[in-house]
Amino acid sequence: MQPVLQAKAINKRYGKVVALDNADLELYKDEVLGVIGDNGAGKSTLIKALCGAVQPDSGEILLDGNKVTFGSPIEARKTGIETVYQNLALSPALTIADNMFLGREIHKKGFMGKFLRFLDQSGMQELARTKLSELGLLTIQNINQQVETLSGGQRQGVAVARAAAFGTKVIIMDEPTAALGVKESRRVLELIGEVKSRGIPIILISHNMPHVFEVSDRIHIHRLGKRLCVINPKDNSMSDAVAYMTGAKEPPNS
Amino acid sequence: MSDISKDLQDQPKFQDEIGSKDQDHHTFELEKPNTLKKIQNFLHGNPTMVPVIILFVSVAAFGLIAGGKFFSAFNLSLIIQQVTIVGILAAAQTLIILTAGIDLSVAAIMVLASVFMGKLSVQMGLPTSFAIMVGMASGAICGYINGWLVTKFRLPPFIVTLGTWNVFFALVIFFSGSQSIRARDIEANAPLLHFFGKSVKVYGAQFTYGSFLMILIFIILWFVLNKTAWGRHVYAVGDDKDAAELSGIRTDRMLLSVYTVAGVILALGAWVSIGRVGSVSPTSFYEGNLDSITAVVIGGTSLFGGRGSIVGALFGALIVGVFSSGLSIAGLDVLWQRFALGCLIIMAVGLDQWIRRISN
Amino acid sequence: MRKLSLVLASLMAVAFTFATVPAKAGSHAIEACLITKTDINPFFVKMKEGAKAKADELGIKLSTFAGKIDGDHETQVKAVETCIASGASGILIAASDTKAITTPLQQARDAGLLVIALDTPLEPITAADSTFATDNFKAGKLIGEWAAASFGDTSKAIIAMLNLNISQPSVDVLRDQGFLTGFGIDTKDITRWGDEDDPRIVGNEPTNGNEEGGRDAMEKLLQKNPDINVVYTLNEPAAAGAYEALKAAGKADDGILIVSVDGGCPGVQDVKDGVIGATSQQYPLLMASLGVEAIKAWAENGTKPANTPGLDFFDTGVNLVTDQPASGVPSIDTKEGMDRCWG
Repeated sequence: MQPVLQAKAINKRYGKVVALDNADLELYKDEVLGVIGDNGAGKSTLIKALCGAVQPDSGEILLDGNKVTFGSPIEARKTGIETVYQNLALSPALTIADNMFLGREIHKKGFMGKFLRFLDQSGMQELARTKLSELGLLTIQNINQQVETLSGGQRQGVAVARAAAFGTKVIIMDEPTAALGVKESRRVLELIGEVKSRGIPIILISHNMPHVFEVSDRIHIHRLGKRLCVINPKDNSMSDAVAYMTGAKEPPNS
Repeated sequence: MSDISKDLQDQPKFQDEIGSKDQDHHTFELEKPNTLKKIQNFLHGNPTMVPVIILFVSVAAFGLIAGGKFFSAFNLSLIIQQVTIVGILAAAQTLIILTAGIDLSVAAIMVLASVFMGKLSVQMGLPTSFAIMVGMASGAICGYINGWLVTKFRLPPFIVTLGTWNVFFALVIFFSGSQSIRARDIEANAPLLHFFGKSVKVYGAQFTYGSFLMILIFIILWFVLNKTAWGRHVYAVGDDKDAAELSGIRTDRMLLSVYTVAGVILALGAWVSIGRVGSVSPTSFYEGNLDSITAVVIGGTSLFGGRGSIVGALFGALIVGVFSSGLSIAGLDVLWQRFALGCLIIMAVGLDQWIRRISN
Repeated sequence: MRKLSLVLASLMAVAFTFATVPAKAGSHAIEACLITKTDINPFFVKMKEGAKAKADELGIKLSTFAGKIDGDHETQVKAVETCIASGASGILIAASDTKAITTPLQQARDAGLLVIALDTPLEPITAADSTFATDNFKAGKLIGEWAAASFGDTSKAIIAMLNLNISQPSVDVLRDQGFLTGFGIDTKDITRWGDEDDPRIVGNEPTNGNEEGGRDAMEKLLQKNPDINVVYTLNEPAAAGAYEALKAAGKADDGILIVSVDGGCPGVQDVKDGVIGATSQQYPLLMASLGVEAIKAWAENGTKPANTPGLDFFDTGVNLVTDQPASGVPSIDTKEGMDRCWG
């Protein structure tokens, strides 16, 4: 089966420091791939290469089998790779609807839209509401409330809904539960499940082992600039995973 | 505090399990909002109402203190005329403040444009419309320079415009030789420059074309800021530049365009100022920079960027005008007018902070 | 990047050294300093031009300084200090704060510099070696007398006073109080304006000495009393702005008397055009050139300039310019005014 997103032999150095050393990654359809690794293992650089924030020195990135190169995260976004950043990249003073469509606004039809460049705000609000309810985010009452009035979990929900809304092929989520409490983390994990059931595969980077083990179908362990192994959460324990990650234990297949 | 009540609302299970006694305690808390809190909540939801309310209250107050001289249709319309130039300066300033910037050179840009308009048409005999075009271009270029220095060199706008204020002002003195161009000479050679000084009388009130233009500028800006992508991006860039960048907004380009648009508005203001003052006066509007910021601040726009309505600046300018006129008619010494203005600024900002205190 | 900055810095240092060398070589030229109140008031711009022209003619090296606004005392203090350090022979100064500036000026005199006050006398007047001034009080008095004589029954006068700014610099006070004295109104405390209680005065408003301020001030006073028939303005730009306000209120042809001081060419033109009724003309160019000559004389043979007999300063004169002379008030017409005007 062809992976939806694949990284082959990616290399990246910063001066004398090798961040990525022939790193690989595969993401298949209908799966949540957890990516874990100790600090400095290179997993964030790998993710940055996949989302377009960093350009690899060598190696290939394939989307649906086709080679792609990104000069910026926006270019990656255009090919269908959406990223939910750790800080969410939401504008606090703007409304939910504003944020959903920031940078890809919908204009009114006809003269108002073409010449006066007026936005179809009611249309965007409708669409935003739809996208949010598709993912079961019903606690948000007013689509025109400012994002800063939402709780951490609700904001995460908006960010994820935004990522899922635009013909996305892949969503990369960077530490989605890091800043959340127990209840809200639960909601985000449910959200991840919802998105997966809509047919969008997800790469989940996290330090939170229980969360990773709960939602991932496979777990990619990154160590010393390259992929160490990919384990099945059902067949391995969390402590094993941590041991592989830190090098305390050798994985069964390397 | 509001977070806790929100959480409690989200979890009906929690409430039932706690028992009726605690539930009473809970509902007692929610019924606490007294009138003060209600007012605070209302204003928080509608922050633009603050300057509007202050304006109406002060008009009423001065009407009582200063009587019919203040409260006449003529005087009230006169106030609009008096704040027209500062209003236009404040409109341009608001755009820049919304991007979390500030522009200390707005008045200098305006006066420089007016010098070009006057010099080319009156002293060099070129066609007036051409001179006006050159003035508009000068405004745009000055604005562009500010934007370029801010984006290319990543310098804080305060510092950049502090420098360009001095530079543009020096150019004003250089090109004008410190001399005004007389109203009579303009009337004789380039009467088009006085266009915005013409006025119409409506039921005892007098409005200049310049005031109409000012209001038109605010209306257009309101539509652009609220109904177009460019306008929303202005807010986004000021609110969280990184988030905007990650959303695909070319923030540097946005900033450049904002400063340039502000420059064009300032050039329009230059044309209006010639109509108001009569002459092209290089020494006028020296305090315009700070006056524009005063109007924006009293109007409730945050100096931190990303929030505030453009009409706030209009009301801010009107409030200052009302105070100025009212105190003068009431016979207060000029010294105390200044004192009162200072107090007004502090109170307006304090009020704004008090309202915002809910969300944080 | 560091290397580049180092190279640039060294180049600049070398350039500076070369730049200062010719100055040292030519230090035999007499040096003088001109310190004006501001560089934006045309009066002082003209004064500077007059000084420069005379200095070039006499072969004197003139350094010029100016405050940022009327009342900017600090910049003038720094300028005096710079002059002393640079080895100038004399200082010409139009002081913003005529009391406080005497301290640094005394240091200059102690260092052997000739100190000449221009336009506004210092307090005390003896703090300068010599003063080439204009009597601002007399300038105000002339227009006051003219206004009273032209008006007729002065008991019916309704007067607007347009001043400079709330810090009441001396030029502002002198002209204002001179006008009131000439018009016949009790000035109460002659060292400040605004304390008068004569019911004929509608009020005082500051203008910053420019057209915008003049317009705003006139409008405000008209709101207090729309029947104003005499307007005192401290300078001609303010008068021009006041006229615009009257015009907008439809009062341009009501025969309202506007009087002013300065005598710049645009101002005299305005008198000719009927915008201003009469203006007191002062002679900044004369002040400046006399001052430069005095410094030359001091540097060459230690002589100090003499005062106008009977006065403790050299009066460079003032003339009332009007095309409607009033009896008992000497004046010159606008033709002569244009010949002698500056700007």
